[in-house]
Amino acid sequence: MMVAETAALRRSPLAHREAEFAELGQLVPRVSLREEPFLTQVNLRVHPGSPALARIERELGLTLPGRPNTVARVADGSSTALGSLTALGSLTALWLGPDEWLIVAPDGLAAELTERLAAALDGSLGSAVDVSANRTTLLLAGASARAVLESGCAVDLHPRAFGSGDCVQTMLARAQVVLWQLDDRPSYRILVRGSFADYLADWLSATIRTEGKSR
Amino acid sequence: MINTNRLSGASGDRIDRTRILRFTFDGTEYTGHPGDTLASALLANGVLGYGPSIYADRPRGVVSAGTEEPNALVRLRAPQQATMLPATTVELVDGLVADSLSGIGRLDASERVPGADTLCDKKYVHADVVVIGAGPAGLAAAAVAARSGARVLVAEERRELGGALLDARAEQIDGAAAADWIKQQGRQLLEAPETRVLTSSTVVGYYDHNYLLIAQRNPDASGIAQRLWHVRAKQVIIATGAHERPIVFADNDRPGIMLAGAVRRYLNRFAVLPGRRAVVFTSSDSAYDTALDLLAAGGEVSALVDARPEPPQVLVDSVRDAGAEVITGSAVVGTHGAQRITGVRVAPIDADGAITGAVRELDCDLLAVGGGWSPVVHLYGQAGGQLRWDDCAAAFVPAEPVTASRQVIGAARGTFDLAGCVAQGQCAGAKAATEAGYRVAAPAAPEVRGAPRPSRPRQLWLVPGETADPADWTTHFVDLQRDATVRDVWRAVGTGMVSVEHVKRYTTISTGADQGKTSGVNAIGVLAEALGQASIGDVGTTTFRPPYTPVTFSLLAGRDRAELSDPVRTTPIHSWHVEHGALFENVGQWKRPWYYPLHGEDMEQAVLRECRAARTGVAMQDASTLGKIEIVGPDAPEFLNRIYTNGFAKLAVGSARYGLQCKADGMVFDDGVSLRLAEDRYLMTTTTGNAAAVLDWLEEWLQTEWPDLAVHCTSVTEQWSTVAVVGPDSRDVIARLAPDLDVSAAAFPFMAHRETTLASGIPARICRISFSGELAFEVNVASWFGLALWEQVYAAGADYGITPYGTETMHVLRAEKGFPIVGQDTDGTVTPDDLGMGWAIAKHKDFIGKRSFARPDTARTNRKQLVGLLPLDPDEVLPEGAALVEPPVQLNPPVPMLGHVTSSYRSAVLDRGFALALIESGRARIGEVVHAPLGERTVPARVTKPVFYDEEGNRRDGR
Repeated sequence: MMVAETAALRRSPLAHREAEFAELGQLVPRVSLREEPFLTQVNLRVHPGSPALARIERELGLTLPGRPNTVARVADGSSTALGSLTALGSLTALWLGPDEWLIVAPDGLAAELTERLAAALDGSLGSAVDVSANRTTLLLAGASARAVLESGCAVDLHPRAFGSGDCVQTMLARAQVVLWQLDDRPSYRILVRGSFADYLADWLSATIRTEGKSR
Repeated sequence: MINTNRLSGASGDRIDRTRILRFTFDGTEYTGHPGDTLASALLANGVLGYGPSIYADRPRGVVSAGTEEPNALVRLRAPQQATMLPATTVELVDGLVADSLSGIGRLDASERVPGADTLCDKKYVHADVVVIGAGPAGLAAAAVAARSGARVLVAEERRELGGALLDARAEQIDGAAAADWIKQQGRQLLEAPETRVLTSSTVVGYYDHNYLLIAQRNPDASGIAQRLWHVRAKQVIIATGAHERPIVFADNDRPGIMLAGAVRRYLNRFAVLPGRRAVVFTSSDSAYDTALDLLAAGGEVSALVDARPEPPQVLVDSVRDAGAEVITGSAVVGTHGAQRITGVRVAPIDADGAITGAVRELDCDLLAVGGGWSPVVHLYGQAGGQLRWDDCAAAFVPAEPVTASRQVIGAARGTFDLAGCVAQGQCAGAKAATEAGYRVAAPAAPEVRGAPRPSRPRQLWLVPGETADPADWTTHFVDLQRDATVRDVWRAVGTGMVSVEHVKRYTTISTGADQGKTSGVNAIGVLAEALGQASIGDVGTTTFRPPYTPVTFSLLAGRDRAELSDPVRTTPIHSWHVEHGALFENVGQWKRPWYYPLHGEDMEQAVLRECRAARTGVAMQDASTLGKIEIVGPDAPEFLNRIYTNGFAKLAVGSARYGLQCKADGMVFDDGVSLRLAEDRYLMTTTTGNAAAVLDWLEEWLQTEWPDLAVHCTSVTEQWSTVAVVGPDSRDVIARLAPDLDVSAAAFPFMAHRETTLASGIPARICRISFSGELAFEVNVASWFGLALWEQVYAAGADYGITPYGTETMHVLRAEKGFPIVGQDTDGTVTPDDLGMGWAIAKHKDFIGKRSFARPDTARTNRKQLVGLLPLDPDEVLPEGAALVEPPVQLNPPVPMLGHVTSSYRSAVLDRGFALALIESGRARIGEVVHAPLGERTVPARVTKPVFYDEEGNRRDGR
């Protein structure tokens, strides 16, 4: 766990824009934008079908999604071998590639998660790398959220093609992102590398303003 | 102000007389109504002339009522700036200001209207069925497809749905007037939840796999001038209609000569009478409606001239009954008038088109010409569809109108009767939706009245001149916008050209902004006659390429302009740099601090100060942008051994090593330090600009060449924030920052790394790495701690006068030590040995590029090698890139070059200018003088070793 005084030293890439996002929400009520800083993110590489993968699934208490561009999730408080982790919130695995997943969890679990994954790998081919600080997360939600994304993302985001529990690695405007739909509101998590966060916030802010003016 | 040519209260028109719009054209104020185009409003005010023609300087007037317009080009000044717009497509708004144009349009940034920005944006959507064109065929198709529940997108170029049906008067579908049927279909589209209708939207590009680009004018978002839709469609229905063709005859370009269908559109849609006294000249049926509608509107028709000797009697009778003369088997052979047509010359022609009798003169102020209809097959052609000549329709029509994922329907397919268009549309809509997975049946074809099936047109492109040879017909205009005539076509043929593609380029026909929408087929017809071909179909067409109509660069750019033109990448410490007055350098997309001038300092002073601090005290740099890749797996040591030219497998855990990477050609590709974190785990660093390229390179080898290696790579560039602490006092600063760490040279040697927890509690990885030759540390923390770390280092070094430095100082410091920068001192043609780094080439292992070192060219001794340069005048700083020659070479081209300056700076410790250079046989020339010719003067410089400072490396461990 993060020591409290150390946690206070952290600065998320978009912390300085919190007020601006709130203002934007006042201006355009059909969509809200905020940063979800410091989510735990661990990049997992392991061969599908291997015993190591089975051990990891047992350890996490969930089956890693095999279907491309989907997520699998351990709900809050489920009892798993990782009980102490999931008691703190949900744990989700995002399919990034045939042998690559991103495990996303609440703030502060990176050390324990990587340790347990490494233990489950037990020297087999695979890797678990903490990338929590590599990307920050934007939460874009509301009736116009999809319209905003459609201004800069070539992926089909229509509910018939992309829904709650789907994720995709794609470009949003000119930034690489992992886009992940949480619910049917719709709410989207946009995982973006820290250095691109300001650019993407600028783009989203401009696009949301236009969306707010559309009749 | 009265619209002199506006019909009063004609029923069925599409303008809103209850509102008046003011606008200015060529400095004169006029009024119009909502629903008008600029062209229709001007016609209503009696204005039909525009700028003179581009080369011949002849008066020109509006010809058409749509995108095919060749003449009526305008420059728009308000509500936004735009140019080369056909007045026939500019929707009238209050306050519009426009000028006529001749030739090339220009925009002037200084005349930009404040508040009227031309910002554009984009939308990316996917559809099951896209219907292009909402005339009768497209509307019928869309309505059926929409009913299926499929995702349907309808793109209509004009402001309203209905297409040519809105130009009509008498047509009825299923007992409803045409306008009511359109409304009914439109309502069905609105009510279908998954159907989207885009009006004022032109499909400008049709690419592979049904990828469409749609340019939408005035989208429903204020502040956005245009929107570019990127649409991927499962099924596409092309219902783009047809463009009417003019006929080529002597003086066929006078203002007042318009297309017959356009005259009808102005009458019925816009309630404008374009002329008081008309002659109608046609080779097909549709112009009879124009004559009848003109008469019904109170106009006079001097005569209807039909080139066909025996047109359908029912049509002839209808016009005669309405009170106008019909002259058959004849043609307009010439016109009179200056600023506007005043009369025509009509003569009988025979089956070959030759004039066979006496000429009759008829007065008129309007000549409505109908030369038949050309299906709008541009998008079909863009998609790769082939055309065939249809003799009955007298048109190029799609050879394969129906494929698995694309259908062409209605007039675009050569189906010119209304009943056929609607029925075809319904079937196509049902087929497309069903194929896309939304089964629906086509309803029974509706009953259509008032629109008889047209009879066969006469294929007439060219009416001969009354005298002389075709090669002298200089006022028989084929392409009005390019001022190209029959003579030009004959000249092209005279040079021996037979291909329509060659003739197009030679004459420039069809190369104007209108891309020959009205002139293309006539040009082919004239060419066929010039070549003596029996059929126009034997000549073939030119190629259709996007865009269908001109597209502005601002539309293509969308939001990617000004501050959003490219992402600006910043580090977690960026705000501190800004607050402390740093100037920034662009490194790829990154903004990196360049130098930090104190009050009144220029760049040179600031950099010398920063360099001095690093060499004599302590300085710090934000090194967060370096690429970082975590490489994990049992085969990671072997993998790095193959990637780097030097060995990494035996590197001890807790140690680091500098390495070079080459491409297969043996040329240096990247360099950097890799840390061994564990037996099976390394952290590779790359140059800032190459981070993505190196990861791609590693993945390429792992995935395609060495899939057997048990290794995984993960980019962690932005997981870590890095602060370099440099200088003889750096050890003291690190000791304060990380009290738990033994920083003595013995416990923490050069090229070692240690995990620790800083005094603040932040976990850190500290390395002893130096890019300056000085004692130096790099502190790495999770990037969200980056700013806190920077501030802690700054505070810990405060009483040592710790000095932040930027990339310029970094460059000077490393150049003093002869450390090359990949991409600056190398250019993809430089081997490790050329850099003097032969020591980094392992002898007893294989690695990428090794075999290339045995190539004679790579092994020769006179390659360009990296050396130092000291200008003989110590105050001289050579420009980077300067060419170097061997004295006393003459500077008359071609001058044999020895090489060039790759890096050049002023050094604080040397107190002089110095440089690095790539010079042929450079190492053998050490001690010689070379010349850098700099225009007016030549600067001599002595070749030296590339290391200028502390060659023995004494400073590495500090004081």
